[in-house]
Amino acid sequence: MPEEVTSLEPPAKPFNEEMLIQRIRNGEHDLFYELIRPYERRVYSAAFAILRNEADAEDVAQEAMLKAFKHIRQFRAEARFSTWLTQITINEARMWRRKEHANIMEPIVDRQDEEGNYTPRDFADWREIPLETLERKEVRQKLAEALASLGEKYRETFVLRDMQHLSIEETAKALGISTASVKTRLLRARLMLRDLLATGFGGSWSSKLFLAKGTKPW
Amino acid sequence: MVVSCEEVWREISNYLEGEVDASLRTAMEDHLRGCKHCTAVLDGTRNVVQLYGDERMFEVPLGFSHRLHRRLEENMPGNRRSFLGWMVAAAAAVLVAGSFEVARSSVFSRPELRSEHAQPGARVPPDMLVIVSGDGKTFHAAGCPFIHDKAHIRTIQAREALRQGYAPCVRCMKKYLTA
Repeated sequence: MPEEVTSLEPPAKPFNEEMLIQRIRNGEHDLFYELIRPYERRVYSAAFAILRNEADAEDVAQEAMLKAFKHIRQFRAEARFSTWLTQITINEARMWRRKEHANIMEPIVDRQDEEGNYTPRDFADWREIPLETLERKEVRQKLAEALASLGEKYRETFVLRDMQHLSIEETAKALGISTASVKTRLLRARLMLRDLLATGFGGSWSSKLFLAKGTKPW
Repeated sequence: MVVSCEEVWREISNYLEGEVDASLRTAMEDHLRGCKHCTAVLDGTRNVVQLYGDERMFEVPLGFSHRLHRRLEENMPGNRRSFLGWMVAAAAAVLVAGSFEVARSSVFSRPELRSEHAQPGARVPPDMLVIVSGDGKTFHAAGCPFIHDKAHIRTIQAREALRQGYAPCVRCMKKYLTA
């Protein structure tokens, strides 16, 4: 008898989380470590996306986790725990930035008109870049630099959607913007990153001189 | 329907996410077949999403998890951790530290087929970017609540997911399964 196709993967995780949250609320505080374990990297990366500084991102990640623990009773089951946690992290990071770095100027790309269409600048044909190249620290570094050079609104949207894999609706909720804005910013962020990286990545992945030291392709 | 280069660029994100209707998809694919520039933009954009969607893109600082747990512990009511708590924290630290190695060793050594049920995915647009997880059997749209092992997820094309034996999630991919 053929196996039923509609039961490939039981939706165990959300229910486990729900149960964990209830037990934490009932006083089993140590279970909080288990609850947050899958999201530690995600929280750090959300903070880093906004602050672009490892030490600040770590401080903010700790603050956000602590706040989540203290306010776990306020979590409403209609949202996903991961989305709620991301929202707390975004808020904490924004507050941190306002407090600590109020005088930092935003990157120039922030001034671009969001409503206008973005025209790609580079039409070089990329060869497909294998994911194995991410093992190379300098490749990750260049990707991180390109991301950091995006304006904040594009960077935040891209990180939540494409790196943290939130849905469009969850990204909109976490950032307090409309789904249409998420889509617009996401498109721009993706196209800008492609342009930023095209020069360096156009066929030079096998070379150790992937990008000459001290020069930027953008 | 005929679309211009500008229209293709405007819809590239939606195209990659499987969010364009059938007629627009067909028009875009017709255009892409004859336009080298737009094909380059599409390939590059897809590559960007896949590279940044890989969990290896974000490295947490060494000792991050340990310091986080210590900070939490200091602020928990009673400020004393039970034996169970120590065990959970220690296990979590080992798991987080070990996850780097597990990811490195497992991502590219996947068995050919994970499930016999990959076939229903035939209607999923092959170019669509989807999410897979380390120990899951199904692929998902971003944001699907049924993604397992969220600490080890990555973005790949649907055709690659199917080739690797993943089957479409019956919840978030429903529209392609019932089309």
